[in-house]
Amino acid sequence: MDNSIEGHRGKTFRVVVEEGKVREFARAVKSSNPAYVADGPQSTSPVTFLASSAFWQGPEHSPWGDAKLNWERILHGEQEFVFPGPPPAAGTELTAEARIDRVYEKQGKRGGTMTFVDVVTEYRDGSGTVVAESRGTIIETSQPPGS
Amino acid sequence: MELDVGTEGPTWEDGPLTVTDFVRYQGASGDMNPIHHDTEFAQRAGFPKPFAVGMRQAGVLASWATDWLGPGNVRRFKVQWREQAWPGDVLTYSGTITAKREEGGQRLVDIEMAVTRQTGGTHLKGWATFVVPD
Repeated sequence: MDNSIEGHRGKTFRVVVEEGKVREFARAVKSSNPAYVADGPQSTSPVTFLASSAFWQGPEHSPWGDAKLNWERILHGEQEFVFPGPPPAAGTELTAEARIDRVYEKQGKRGGTMTFVDVVTEYRDGSGTVVAESRGTIIETSQPPGS
Repeated sequence: MELDVGTEGPTWEDGPLTVTDFVRYQGASGDMNPIHHDTEFAQRAGFPKPFAVGMRQAGVLASWATDWLGPGNVRRFKVQWREQAWPGDVLTYSGTITAKREEGGQRLVDIEMAVTRQTGGTHLKGWATFVVPD
């Protein structure tokens, strides 16, 4: 892992909390809560819903830049979501920006160095207020985790 | 609702897990990593077969917590993955209130949660903060 990626930011991107996607996501995480699956627009969205927004962006929005990741050695260690108020309602238009917040190393239990990367994404509403923050920790192991 | 320290939420069971469960989550989220549905790919990476998408169970745990304490009340939700979950696993979702406090004029509860495999192994641990429902 190239430690110089610390501080990298992707270009901001637009995220619309879409009614049908909220319902589809709720189904996939086994929720039948009317708050998510009733005829919309829903007044709130599932807690982990915004994590999926990163998978629908172009490479310019990624904070990873040209960093080469060996996906066979990558683990998702932790994931956190923080909401100053209720999670955003369906129909809300957000502007998101992802950054590599921190890169650090730890010794693995079975030897070898593990590299930890904290990726933070902030989601702001039309007034510029942060309404959600996602903080994920990605771990690159020195050996493929399956070996 | 009675929300004292030590109060446990109603447990959920999820499973037996299928690769279809994983694919449904992958389609909904856009994370198409083949390690969760392509046996050859998983085996090349050293795994016996595809394993569960960690974010799916994080999402199910959030569904469990918001059914208990209210979808609009969540303010913080964190998970840490431990051992992998596999097709055929039956997972149990549970959690307990660990603290009650006030912050910014709001009453909050902290909870600790776990997703446990039928083997007794821990798939993931979680922590969350909710505004106390009225």
